[in-house]
Amino acid sequence: MSLSLILFFLLATLAVIGAVSLILQRHPIHSALSLIVVMVALAGLYLLLGAEFVAAVQIIVYGGAIMVLFVFVIMLLNAAAEERTDISKIANSGLILPLVAVLTAFLGVTIARGTEFMQAAARAPGQGLVLADTRALSHMLFTDFVYPFELTSFLILVAILGAVVLAQRENQ
Amino acid sequence: MVPTQYYVILSAILFGLGVFAFIFKRNIISIFMSIELMLNAVNLAFVAFSQAKGQLDGQIFVLFVIVVAAAEAAVGLGIIILIARNRQSLNVERVDLLKL
Repeated sequence: MSLSLILFFLLATLAVIGAVSLILQRHPIHSALSLIVVMVALAGLYLLLGAEFVAAVQIIVYGGAIMVLFVFVIMLLNAAAEERTDISKIANSGLILPLVAVLTAFLGVTIARGTEFMQAAARAPGQGLVLADTRALSHMLFTDFVYPFELTSFLILVAILGAVVLAQRENQ
Repeated sequence: MVPTQYYVILSAILFGLGVFAFIFKRNIISIFMSIELMLNAVNLAFVAFSQAKGQLDGQIFVLFVIVVAAAEAAVGLGIIILIARNRQSLNVERVDLLKL
């Protein structure tokens, strides 16, 4: 077993444990901390995949900004442990667990089978593995994807305005 | 070298756990966090396919997904604050004005 495989299983286990803990924890702040564990594990997986920039962005934006916002709101609202009221009918019927399991299995099998073709295509001669360096990534972002990139700034502007309008207290 | 299938299967597992949490959680903030978990699972699949194909498009998409998630978090948490202020509760069972 190679080192990268061992690292993959280590990080994958960490991510799955974090996700299960997100479900099992009843206090939102514990769920948020579990989600941070998942995100850090995923950043490690991105590094393993050779996507250094995405790993850094994952840590900085997801782990740093978004989750801090979550924790901030949880503490601002003084959220207590969630109360287990009668859950929705579909969840109560006991049907949802097998349904989600089937969905997951279907997704995994279907996409994994598709990947075999993809890997065969990638191994074909003349198509070596391109090292995902940040230079090529930024070049692509500012040439091929420059319009989506500019649209993104507009989206962020709208989101800022929306958040300000939503969160301001009406004092009339 | 880790096979791409492993990454995709892990991504499917994380997505399934996210769907599960989305349905079972009653706290509106926890539901919102399970959406973030699903987005993360999809990002992992994007990066894995990007590496398998030797093209960088997937990683660009991940960057866009992260930006959209950040915008979504800002607006969504604003809505959550509004709900908490109006209903004095974070339980989604208490927010049922649209329910038949």
